[in-house]
Amino acid sequence: MSAAVAIIIIGIGTYLERLSFIGIIGDRELPKWALLPLRYVAPAVFAALVAPAVLLVDGDLALLPAANPRALATVLALLVAWRTKSVAATIVVGMGALWLLQAVF
Amino acid sequence: MRVNHAFVDGARGVSPLLIGVIPFGLVFGVIAADSVIGPALAWATSFIIFGGAAQLATIQLFDEGVVTVVVIATALVIGSRHVMYSAALVPYFQHFPRWSRLALPYVLTDQAFAVSIVRFQDVDDPVEQRWFFTGAAVTLWITWQLSTLIGVLVGAQLPEALSLEFAIPLVFIALLVLTVRTRSDLVAALVGGAVAVIAAPVPLGLGLVIGALVGVAAGVVAHRVTQ
Repeated sequence: MSAAVAIIIIGIGTYLERLSFIGIIGDRELPKWALLPLRYVAPAVFAALVAPAVLLVDGDLALLPAANPRALATVLALLVAWRTKSVAATIVVGMGALWLLQAVF
Repeated sequence: MRVNHAFVDGARGVSPLLIGVIPFGLVFGVIAADSVIGPALAWATSFIIFGGAAQLATIQLFDEGVVTVVVIATALVIGSRHVMYSAALVPYFQHFPRWSRLALPYVLTDQAFAVSIVRFQDVDDPVEQRWFFTGAAVTLWITWQLSTLIGVLVGAQLPEALSLEFAIPLVFIALLVLTVRTRSDLVAALVGGAVAVIAAPVPLGLGLVIGALVGVAAGVVAHRVTQ
């Protein structure tokens, strides 16, 4: 099989993954029991995306600023996000804190 | 009017995430330019697959000479998180017209899902929701096509000391805070994050999926306990 054919198969496959539930359920009413878990997909996914990216260095847990300035920058970013509810402010403070910590340590 | 407004809102909503997406696109392009499958086909994955992690894995595995079946399976496993997004969007997408239920999943990404699911909590109108999603997703699609193309053509050396990739978790931190509204949301987030850290060594990025699924289950349990 050529690489082009394989890539087209991957393309169709990833489209079907994205379509999956939207396509199968369509406009039918969801049962009540299904709605409850769906509410928790967003907070669980976001935390699962963030935590390994900011707490692990080369696969090991690292919390001290000297080893991993991202962890402390994340704590500050969390505070700003919580107080301001602003994505832009979170990025500005988080990046600023990281650069500062990288300069200090 | 409402349509234009929602589309622009979506584009604006996703724009902070582009800080993380553009460097990733450039780097992918640079890698794609040297691939054994050729720069044109490697870049074409940007619109055929349209998923950075899956594209990167596809190209790396081809370069390592891995059997094609394994390349396909790996890329699809990496894309499996989209099934969760698809499920979470059903309560909103089911009020969209049929054609958009078929077309919009093509542009469903981590970023489009993230900004939309947060906005959908506050906007009840399906028309506004649909155009917000479209604005966010199409903006990201165009940005990805261009940044990967520039990477292929020009090559790019972004200064590593800037740590621009840290912008990606920062955006998700902000969105995480916006989605944590109840105590059971907090439980879902804490458990999801902790399990994702523990499961990080699991290959193919499946630690994310495992963490998210256990987090969802924890949220449901917390909800039942507090009821």
